[in-house]
Amino acid sequence: MTIPLIDVRDLTVEFTTRRGIVRAIEHVNIAVAKGQTVGIVGESGSGKSVTSYAVMRLLDRAGRIAEGAVTFSGIAIAAATEPEMRRLRGREMSMIFQNPRAALNPIRKVGHQLEDVLLEQSKAVSTTASEMAIELLEQVKIARPRERYHAFPFELSGGMCQRVVIALALACRPQLLIADEPTTGLDVTTQKTVMELIVELTRERGMSTILITHDLGLAATYCDEIVVMEKGHVVETATSRQVFTAPAHPYTQRLMRATPRPGVSLRDLLPEDDGRSESAAPTVVRLIPVSATRAPLLTVQNLVKEYPRKGLEGFKGVLQKITRRVPPPEPDTFRAVDGISFSIQRSESVGLVGESGCGKSTTSTIVMRLIDKTSGTITFDGEDIGAIPAKKFSRLPLRKRIQMVFQDPTDSLNPRFTAARAIMDPILRLGDIKGASALRARCEELAREVGLPLDLLDRFPHQLSGGQKARVGIARAIALRPELVILDEPTAALDVSVQAVVLNLLQELKESLGMSYLFVSHDLNVVRLLCDRVIVMQAGKIVEEGPTDRVLYEPQAPYTRELLAALPHPRFDQAAPSHRMTAAPMTAAT
Amino acid sequence: MTDTTAAPSSPSAPPRPSGLAALVRHGRYVIAENKVTGFAFGLFIAIVLAALIGPYVVPYDPLASDTAAALKGPSLAHWFGTDQLGRDVFSRVIVATRLDFFIAIASVALVFLMGGLAGVAAGFFGGWTDRIVGRIADTIMAFPLFVLAMGIVAALGNTVENIVIATAIVNFPLYARVARAEANVRRDAGFVLAARLSGNSEARIVLAHILPNIMPIMIVQMSLTMGYAILNAAGLSFIGLGVRPPTAEWGIMVAEGAAFMVSGEWWIAFFPGAALMIAVFCFNLLGDGLRDIVDPQRRT
Amino acid sequence: MLGMLTKRLMLALPSLVGVVIVTFLLTRALPGDPAAYFAGPAATTEAVEQIRVKLGLDKPLIVQFGRYVSDLARGDLGQSLTTGQPVAQELRTRLPASAELTLLGLIVSMMIAVPLGIMAATRPGSLIDHACRVVTTAGVSLPVFFTGLILVYVFYYLLGWAPAPLGRLDVFANPPPTVTGFYLIDSLVAGDGEVFWASLKQLFLPALTLGIFSLAPIARMTRASMLAVLASDFVRTARASGLSPYTVVVTYAFRNAMIPVVTTLGMVFSFLLGANVLVEKVFAWPGIGSFAVEALIASDFAPLQGFVLTMAILYVALNLVIDILYGLIDPRVRLDA
Repeated sequence: MTIPLIDVRDLTVEFTTRRGIVRAIEHVNIAVAKGQTVGIVGESGSGKSVTSYAVMRLLDRAGRIAEGAVTFSGIAIAAATEPEMRRLRGREMSMIFQNPRAALNPIRKVGHQLEDVLLEQSKAVSTTASEMAIELLEQVKIARPRERYHAFPFELSGGMCQRVVIALALACRPQLLIADEPTTGLDVTTQKTVMELIVELTRERGMSTILITHDLGLAATYCDEIVVMEKGHVVETATSRQVFTAPAHPYTQRLMRATPRPGVSLRDLLPEDDGRSESAAPTVVRLIPVSATRAPLLTVQNLVKEYPRKGLEGFKGVLQKITRRVPPPEPDTFRAVDGISFSIQRSESVGLVGESGCGKSTTSTIVMRLIDKTSGTITFDGEDIGAIPAKKFSRLPLRKRIQMVFQDPTDSLNPRFTAARAIMDPILRLGDIKGASALRARCEELAREVGLPLDLLDRFPHQLSGGQKARVGIARAIALRPELVILDEPTAALDVSVQAVVLNLLQELKESLGMSYLFVSHDLNVVRLLCDRVIVMQAGKIVEEGPTDRVLYEPQAPYTRELLAALPHPRFDQAAPSHRMTAAPMTAAT
Repeated sequence: MTDTTAAPSSPSAPPRPSGLAALVRHGRYVIAENKVTGFAFGLFIAIVLAALIGPYVVPYDPLASDTAAALKGPSLAHWFGTDQLGRDVFSRVIVATRLDFFIAIASVALVFLMGGLAGVAAGFFGGWTDRIVGRIADTIMAFPLFVLAMGIVAALGNTVENIVIATAIVNFPLYARVARAEANVRRDAGFVLAARLSGNSEARIVLAHILPNIMPIMIVQMSLTMGYAILNAAGLSFIGLGVRPPTAEWGIMVAEGAAFMVSGEWWIAFFPGAALMIAVFCFNLLGDGLRDIVDPQRRT
Repeated sequence: MLGMLTKRLMLALPSLVGVVIVTFLLTRALPGDPAAYFAGPAATTEAVEQIRVKLGLDKPLIVQFGRYVSDLARGDLGQSLTTGQPVAQELRTRLPASAELTLLGLIVSMMIAVPLGIMAATRPGSLIDHACRVVTTAGVSLPVFFTGLILVYVFYYLLGWAPAPLGRLDVFANPPPTVTGFYLIDSLVAGDGEVFWASLKQLFLPALTLGIFSLAPIARMTRASMLAVLASDFVRTARASGLSPYTVVVTYAFRNAMIPVVTTLGMVFSFLLGANVLVEKVFAWPGIGSFAVEALIASDFAPLQGFVLTMAILYVALNLVIDILYGLIDPRVRLDA
């Protein structure tokens, strides 16, 4: 058995907080061999990030290694002095983080930031540094590296910033790279290119990698071994194939089950014992059959939404337009939605997918009548609702019939309202129930429908968990028995196990209340589970639409194919490593 | 750094008190933790008491002059000494509390109404409201604030009411800016959109949804501005604007005592100046403590 | 670069216009009879009528405004009743005294406040940190005139270290030949060491007073800003890359932290220009602040108006400089049209 590069034994990390000492991780054991890629997987609060910070000795002032040891290549990390750690960081072990743009100094050119590291670790002198920096940018496949050397982070896209961060981390050819949720927040296609870049570069140099993620599928695709953590403890360590195909620990099993992937149904996501410990059983009201013969509930035709191009708004914009001499390279207005048409039947669930900037959120906000369109028609149950200005819409009875479930459960609840008050708001404004006790009764009925325990009704949002807040948001949305509900990435901010429960709840409510859903998401796996039909958008246009099974298993449009290919596919049918690249060769990022 | 340090709220714990009870409990917790805030709060109570009942319990009439006892240092008979007209400095300092406190409260109330509401409207509605409020604020901010206050009091007339008005005008941009920023941040928040979906009119959203959320920060701002208002008023009185002799007011007392500082009779200017300092210090500490209660992330 | 400068200048124009309008309204829209104000408390009814016609106060407001602006353009700010001199001339001769004092005070405060704030942020919980917090909270509570008086009492009366607060130079010294109007600079230019020390001694206490006054907001902002930047993601990256503590704190943290501090300077200048007036009264400093205060006491109106206008224009110019400085430091602002 070779000596591991990184050997974490019985590691316990404590934080001193206002409430006393909190043990973030306890008795953690992880070993990473040279050249191996290990994934640490867990939900929020599992301690996966804390472990990596402990390895790099980058813990907050309030944290310390209380017990156990971390050995890097024979060096004892816990006992090392700070100057010794500084020699290790960057040179022997390095780290990349979530949110790449924030990880770079906003007022310093990226080329100079690379040089700083090279000069500090004596990999270059001042005369050779800039050439080396440009070379590094080339290695991470940034196009026009000489030009980009002089760029500031705010001038680069998210994907490019992450490449720069990778370049920084690999500048001194360390032996170990720790990647902490490196692709969260990036588009699906960018995620794939970034992950493949990381894999290529680390394999090339024989580096070890620790990949920290909440996405079991991602870990299974790119890692040799997976360590599963829950609430500060390691619950299982096994090869990717084992974890994916035959997980041993109950928590891993639950996590595996809850991960949306091809070939499973909605019900399969739930744990075998129904996992209803955190919630009360939702009550089913009545079942309404899907009717395809009546006219569609919602019809959208040639919808267009234009915005003035950035920098050209208002008075300043008018001035600029008058005073410029050369016609600009791009048109003055930017079309977020560029002439799309689709319809939704009653009791039908339609998915609207695309990457960031494709116009799906704008479309859903216009359909919601929260903002106005530029042109086109929107017909709801025969009425032209597009013609009614958004400002007037909120006071009409029509408002009751179209509602929304928001992405961020924290942001969408008023911090000063209790759960009951939040659920009651639409009833107070648009409903016809009067009297405190009647309102309260209705509120409790709704809470029961969404599986929210009644004693949580008088709590404030900051006293509720993510899943509980999501339920409050759903209860509020269905309070007035809408016919069309728009769900804007409703589970994106939730842990995988909570997501499974909430998705099932949404499906049950749809069936019992006969609602139609417009499900806006970037996550194709989730859409696969919940939607009858799928619409794929790119750059403001619809590139493909059709029944879910057809679009997601036999995509016609090249963009759809690209999206599907970008999803992490663990392949365990061969004996070969599971991260073998499946798609076309990478192209340079522009 | 990571989210592991936050203790998760367990779904099976008993519901915690909400609303006012929670605020009081949290307040007591912060004061117990932070002795300084508790101290500031105690001081605040003392000042309020002095303002309310001070004039009734002082040993001497603040306006009564006794030339025989003029310019005597602190003693048992006169705790803070006497001034050039033989008036008891201690009595004058205590009685002045009422006037200075009144000026502070009146200015802060006025600017909160004008600036706070204007700022919220500007931040929430944007467009022309924002531009107009912005222009007004910018025009006021184009002046050094104390200089503008001088100009306003000189133009309107040398009275205490005009000091209040001048202080309110001069603080308008700051309030409007804070209120605007807070309203702006919340303008596109999920719960505001949800409120529209629930059928709330724009006016109702501002009053019932936005305002309760920004009140805590406005209260912090008000506490900090109380201190500044007192300093402003005292400064104006120091140069002869607003308050006239023989009224007892801290600023004018320092002005009267300034000439004697050079010749060694320090108590005439020192005690009113110290009172000024303590009052402002108290309001600033209170404001900082309130900020801790309201928004721990902004702790300085 | 030139484009940015002209753009910033254009943005400052509305402020200037606003200032001119407001000062006009302040002095013409007075309750009571403006002519009586300008004529002074000792004027007879005929004198008031003369002033009314002379200043055009009987004409409609628009015409008055036109006249006001054209007078301003010619540099005519009216006449002082107490000194009999044109206000503009008085202001011009007295401005260097105020400027010297204020600049020295600002330099003193920045030299102490910025390092204090940085050290407090890099050593949280230490003695320096606590000292910084006490200094900043106490500092914003001190009335500036009170500080000045205490300093006079301690350093002049008790310790005898400082000279009497009687102005820029004591009676025995002669001011140096005017080059800039700043005694410190002019005396060095003239090679007159004695006068240099004499003026420095007089400057010491009032500059210290202003320095103490502006210390608090600058130190507070520096500390808060450094704390925020040190906790940011990019500093974490810098540390993870193994950069030396010096590089992390100075090249990465400090430069970013200074951005909000520079914007705070605008507010600090506003306070300083106001505090200037009070400090000049305490130390009998012959600057424009005491000019205005003397005019106030004598109900002499034209100097007061000229003073407010001058201070405002000065302040607009200072803010312009700060804006440009800010644009130089932060590239994100530069490229914004």
